[in-house]
Amino acid sequence: MNGPEVWMADNPALLTISEVERVFGGARKLFGGREPAVHAVQGLSLDVRKGETLGVVGESGCGKSTLARLVVGLDLPTGGTITFNGEDLSALAKRDRKALARKIQYVFQDPVASLNPRKTIRTILEAPLKHLTELNADDREARLAELLQAVNLAPEFLERYPHEFSGGQAQRIGIARALAAGPELIVLDEPVSALDVSVQAQVLNLLDKLKADFGLTYIFISHDLSVVESVSDRVAVMYFGRMAELGPARDIFRTPLHPYTDLLMRSAPAPGRRDLLAEDASAELPDPYNPPIGCAFAARCARQSDLCLKQKPSPDEAQGGSPSHIAACHRPLVRAETLG
Amino acid sequence: MTDTALTAQAKPKQKSSRPGTLALLLNNTLATTGLVLLVAICLIALAAPILPLPDPDVTAPANRLLPVFSEGHLLGTDHLGRDLLSRLIWGTQVSLAVGLSATIIAAFFGSLLGLVAGYAGGRTDTLIMRGIDMVMAFPYILLALAIVAVLGPGLLNALYAIALVNIPFFARNIRGITLGLSRREFVDAARLSGKSPAQILFIEILPNVLPVIVITMSTTVGWMILETAGLSFLGLGAQPPQADLGSMLGEGRKILFTAPHVSIVPGLMIFVLVMSINLFGDGVRDILDPRLRAGSLTRPVARTAVERGNSEVPPPSGQAALLDVREMRTEFQIGTSVYKAVGGVSLGLKDGECLGLVGESGSGKSVTAMSIMGLVPTPPGRIAGGAAYLEGEDLFAASDKRIRKLRGGSVAYVFQDPLSTLHPLFTVGDQLKEAITTHQPLSGKEATARAIELLSLVRIPNAKERLSAYPHELSGGMRQRVCIAMALANDARVLIADEPTTALDVTVQSQILTLMNGLRRERNAAILFITHDFGVVSALCDRVAVMYAGRIVETGTTEDVLNNPQHPYTAKLIECVPVLGQPDRRLDAIAGRPPVVNNLPDGCAFADRCPRVKPDCRTGEIELVTSDGERGVRCLHPLSEGAAA
Repeated sequence: MNGPEVWMADNPALLTISEVERVFGGARKLFGGREPAVHAVQGLSLDVRKGETLGVVGESGCGKSTLARLVVGLDLPTGGTITFNGEDLSALAKRDRKALARKIQYVFQDPVASLNPRKTIRTILEAPLKHLTELNADDREARLAELLQAVNLAPEFLERYPHEFSGGQAQRIGIARALAAGPELIVLDEPVSALDVSVQAQVLNLLDKLKADFGLTYIFISHDLSVVESVSDRVAVMYFGRMAELGPARDIFRTPLHPYTDLLMRSAPAPGRRDLLAEDASAELPDPYNPPIGCAFAARCARQSDLCLKQKPSPDEAQGGSPSHIAACHRPLVRAETLG
Repeated sequence: MTDTALTAQAKPKQKSSRPGTLALLLNNTLATTGLVLLVAICLIALAAPILPLPDPDVTAPANRLLPVFSEGHLLGTDHLGRDLLSRLIWGTQVSLAVGLSATIIAAFFGSLLGLVAGYAGGRTDTLIMRGIDMVMAFPYILLALAIVAVLGPGLLNALYAIALVNIPFFARNIRGITLGLSRREFVDAARLSGKSPAQILFIEILPNVLPVIVITMSTTVGWMILETAGLSFLGLGAQPPQADLGSMLGEGRKILFTAPHVSIVPGLMIFVLVMSINLFGDGVRDILDPRLRAGSLTRPVARTAVERGNSEVPPPSGQAALLDVREMRTEFQIGTSVYKAVGGVSLGLKDGECLGLVGESGSGKSVTAMSIMGLVPTPPGRIAGGAAYLEGEDLFAASDKRIRKLRGGSVAYVFQDPLSTLHPLFTVGDQLKEAITTHQPLSGKEATARAIELLSLVRIPNAKERLSAYPHELSGGMRQRVCIAMALANDARVLIADEPTTALDVTVQSQILTLMNGLRRERNAAILFITHDFGVVSALCDRVAVMYAGRIVETGTTEDVLNNPQHPYTAKLIECVPVLGQPDRRLDAIAGRPPVVNNLPDGCAFADRCPRVKPDCRTGEIELVTSDGERGVRCLHPLSEGAAA
């Protein structure tokens, strides 16, 4: 699962996100003035290397789903650039949506909602083959059989409607659809959070197998740290639209630098764990319409200083053990203080 | 990696036990009456050319104003001596044709505008919808009059006018639906499949909007026929000598007192026609509208029906338990099949104890919780057996009044989604005070003081100010705190919490769990905590009961069950959970799927998925074998101590 980080680091970047920003609202009003604006994603930079699984973790409202939509071109950034194999993604999305869809695909959180209730599975899976590939009818039929085989579904399922499927089966259809046009990168937006644990394990195992079989690269978005830890090579922790911490999965989970990462880990319940860290009730996300000047996490942080309140830390303010492990924190945790 | 775990076999398609669309329609007497009438009228109107009818337009002044049942003129004649029956049938044909075509035209253009406006959004939407608003701002009859005035009188022009004034009705309806649909994930998925906007709109969205269009049409046809009649009555529709129901009515107006039948006959026809269409239309709407179909029309009663039949009511277990559920069975009757959602569940809760009820979706854990206080909707649900004792009192035998007193009083619920449990239009304070005053005779001032006390109890900062906040002004965690405060408002002895932290973020979840743990110790309240997460169970529960296919398969203290699971299902379920700090732990999936509870196998329900299955697992009832009081397992071949790790 976790490939050695050594060769990963040598791999060229497949997707480069630099200083990306997405602002919602802020349109000019009819009689002058501007509507209030919210930064869903701000100043985000990261690389996704070929063949790796990048985990993106964060709580609701941290901008991780916005990031996913930006990467697949369902939404366009209001600032910064995203490049795929050196090609500007926003320009590609405007010029040739289909070319983009051939390279990057998406798996949705709610497997049943992502399937049109009035279409058979055949129609749903054939759509990307028809619109994104040059296959003729016979080749399409062969490809459909291949896809179903890949996600372990019986061929009889093709003529059925989405409501006849359980969550796990529907998610496998969603994955088959993403695979159909042979993409290089798949963005998985909370692919297992709507599923039961037993089914979750099935889907995670399937994703692992497909990645190996088809040489895929994953961006795996989830709020569940333990799931992310088990699938990711590298992890990005997001808070309030910004990167809090980025680094190899092992480093992040063993020696987190950012107090927020540490808080997340201590809050996560696990079988056999009785003591959960709980903050005060006053610990809440800052107001998005009135963001703080300094670090967005400062108000909840036990280690905050004057500097934290005045100045935003840069994404690579703190360095971890390995050079690729960075955190946006003025007062990072040191090894001894983490739960190790 | 083993693939066996993933292989999903397609089962032969079973015929659904739910009644079909036509059966549902025929089940509705009024709608069926409407349909029969409508079909009869349509058949007669269509058969007009082949029926032995006199020419409707030939005048015979000698025979003018013959009364009903005259020789040769069953319905009499009008002021020009024309046969009324013949005119009625031909006129009905015209009215039906005009009404239907106007509906189709309005539906086509209205839906098209609605679809485009709803999907495109932004400026296109504004432009189209403001145009529609302008059309709507005219009194419709005035608009129709103006159109006819411009185009000249005539049936066809009346048709255009009526179609035009009804376009907004369709456009607004369809736009609303499209707006909702175009934000759905399957539309995003279609975009990523490379479909163009036009393809998405007409191939993906239109089929989902179609039922709404049909519903809207069925409810407007009658209205359109009335409007056509209105215009013809004013002399702007059908021109003499052509017969149509409205113009016949208009012609009869002047001689209403001397020969009332001339206007009463077409008047009655309009009434019967429109009535039958409306009755049928309502029936169609009830069937096609997914919300109504889902059962909104069947009003569930205030309390689950208890049909314990002749079966013996099990006595209390004898252990001094606060809440003692014995052999409880809850069933759902859907169509012809019976879903045994809860198949004999026994559990006990002591003061201040927290019992975790764990299971996957569909295992019956929520139904168990809802059954205790009779919150399962009837129909289709019913309690088919067993008993639930609250401090020795049989809850299933108690009166409705008594149950109402206990609900929110001694037994209170906390649900998964605080946003949907709190009323969006009342402040948090109002809702809290309502919860208090329903059970306690307190003055407004005292209730407010108590509400503030409760909010502080659940650690909400600035409790006094938060009283005037609306639910949407609070974060998810704060809302759940308010729900917990409401549950505690009347010193609840038992708190039933149904996945109260599933919708929350981990950091908020840990806050809520810590809060609940503190509260039960402070107030000595028992908690029945329903969850699918073993991690959450570890953090809070003293004991745990694992449910599978409507039954408890294993129970014991949390530590025991987690460290030494004896039922293979429990062991497998724990193995599935990824654990933080152990990234290389292989996720072991459970092969197959849980059985559907309307068709449970003989013997152990887990047998088909169990790695330790033996032939005797598939026969006979398997009892929950209890050892040393706390521990129980429903398995013939349980895992031995230590073997599961």
